[in-house]
Amino acid sequence: MDWTISITDILKEVTTMTDTPITNTAGKSRISERVKHPFRVIMEKEISDHVSGWRFIILAAIIALTCLGALYTALTNISQAVKPNDPEGTFFFLKLFTVSDGTMPSFMVFISFLGPLLGIGLGFDAINSEHNRGTLSRILSQPIHRDYIINAKFTAAIAVISVMLMSLCLMVMGAGLTMLGIPPTAEEFVRMVLFILLGILYVAFWLNLAILFSVLFRQPATAALSAIAVWLFFTVFYPLIVSLITKSIEPPATATPSQLVAFEQFRLALLRVMPNQLFSEATTTLLMPSVRSLGPLTMEQLIGALPGPLPLGQSLLLVWPHVTGLAAGTIISFVISYVLFMRREIRPR
Amino acid sequence: MAGSIIELTGLTRRYGQFTAVDNLSLTVDKGEIFGLLGPNGAGKSTTILMILGLTEPDAGTVRVCGLDPTTEPVEVKKRVGYLPEEVGFYDDMSGLDNLVYTACLNGIPQAEAGEKAKRLLERVGLADDSHKKAGKYSRGMRQRLGLADVLIKDPEVIILDEPTLGIDPAGVKEFLNLIVELSREHKITVLFSSHHLHQVQMVCDRVGLFVGGKLLACGDVQSLASQLFGKSPYTIEAGLDLPGSHSGDSAANQLLGDIMESIMHIDGVSDIRKENLMIRVACNRDLTGEIAAVVISSGAQLKSLNKREYGLDDIYYRYFEGGDNND
Repeated sequence: MDWTISITDILKEVTTMTDTPITNTAGKSRISERVKHPFRVIMEKEISDHVSGWRFIILAAIIALTCLGALYTALTNISQAVKPNDPEGTFFFLKLFTVSDGTMPSFMVFISFLGPLLGIGLGFDAINSEHNRGTLSRILSQPIHRDYIINAKFTAAIAVISVMLMSLCLMVMGAGLTMLGIPPTAEEFVRMVLFILLGILYVAFWLNLAILFSVLFRQPATAALSAIAVWLFFTVFYPLIVSLITKSIEPPATATPSQLVAFEQFRLALLRVMPNQLFSEATTTLLMPSVRSLGPLTMEQLIGALPGPLPLGQSLLLVWPHVTGLAAGTIISFVISYVLFMRREIRPR
Repeated sequence: MAGSIIELTGLTRRYGQFTAVDNLSLTVDKGEIFGLLGPNGAGKSTTILMILGLTEPDAGTVRVCGLDPTTEPVEVKKRVGYLPEEVGFYDDMSGLDNLVYTACLNGIPQAEAGEKAKRLLERVGLADDSHKKAGKYSRGMRQRLGLADVLIKDPEVIILDEPTLGIDPAGVKEFLNLIVELSREHKITVLFSSHHLHQVQMVCDRVGLFVGGKLLACGDVQSLASQLFGKSPYTIEAGLDLPGSHSGDSAANQLLGDIMESIMHIDGVSDIRKENLMIRVACNRDLTGEIAAVVISSGAQLKSLNKREYGLDDIYYRYFEGGDNND
């Protein structure tokens, strides 16, 4: 309980701190500067709700603990991971995020697995709980635009998630730095930042899906279950369905190379419907610079190629479609929930 | 006098086949307390949502403070405070914090918001509970907090949708008095929706009767009564005691008949009925004195004399009877 107070106090302190120089330069607008924009008011409240709520603390603790585990396996196995003549030898530091001994998944895999849970956890009761508490009609009868609520909820959750993922990754980096004694190169650092941004985008996708369900369903439990059902479908059932389909149309061994390529591309296209597939392909490319292609390669293309890491620009180029796909999914679910929310009639309870 | 502040013309709202509000036209004047009276599902809440711009009308126009809520909802909501039927607060925040949050949403600076919230909490009698979590408030306290919440933006109009639902009688009385006082103090127009006749009668200057999405009648309680009970707005009940009436004496019955006969001849009496020793006279003006004189001069004893004026109750039931007959 004191926790809540301290956080709102901190927020207050921060606002007064940032406000002071402005009021000093323009003495006249002292009062008007103190007036917060309603959007900011809602966002601050949402952030303090998230941060002080048990739900976020539990989710953050789960993710932090699993990441510690991943970091531990990475640190114990990193000596075996580096082989002589490894093209990725120069990207030693990135191995922290990708190495595992098989018993425990790597940091990268953990984020792709727990990120959806974080997004769903912060979004599934965004709108419906306000409605059930009867606060929605009261807030909407204040002089604010209706979309402030849904926008502020989204922005607040994204802000909280970004801060959390960012600090987690920086902590992993810091721990790696002290344990290994090798600083990351500039390119490694940029790749890691890009990885974090990608992770935020990925969580944002699931957050928006959860917000969509929170607009659709009156009961928070229904919304949470539906979002988790979508997540389970994509992680467990969809790959099964894809393998069933591909098995039935698999070309024979005597097929022409063009047939094989077409088949492989079809299989990948089916798999890439999954947001988690997009995310894991994109992170793999970013964190393992030796990955040169995400589709099939012919012998022709490989002949004469020197095994070496791709430059950052080329890796980015490779994942660009994936990023676009994820962003599109995020935007589509946000737009649907936005439209539904704006057109809904808000009745008190 | 001061002009109208809410004007509804030809307002219609349909939900599929069902017409919730049907061609409603209504004007509320500045500074008055207007009661929207009707049974559940009469379209009161829908009308209120349209006034606030939370629902769009299918036909007709709404003007609030000269503004159209469908196109300028924010401007309207700056001037109109709305207390929904079941007002919800953030249960994990204190009453004071809830008010400050609303104040900040209304663009009141933080420091001023705190001051104002404290003042209002004191005004509605929640000063001692201001730091208690809103989740621990009782129903009556929540409604009073709701009233403070509505007033924090200094509204020109407040709309109360069934605000007394679920409060005990003492609490209701207190709450209604608070509304009247605040409305007079700050010259606020109040739109009060309820299906409780007595509450509406207690506080409202004018009443609109609302049934099936239509406004059946509109005016103050007196004029509604005269519209309905045009011929005989007064009922006078006289309790008699006749000599020998307990033994079923025929002379007593004869006397009673005579009394009724002579009352019937008084100018202005339209109907007379008897129930044992009680006679009920319907008349178009106050004839209490004349009736008493007749009874006493006949030799019977007058045990009680009671003048009944029509309340909203009678008006209400009369309308529903009438509504049923018309169908």
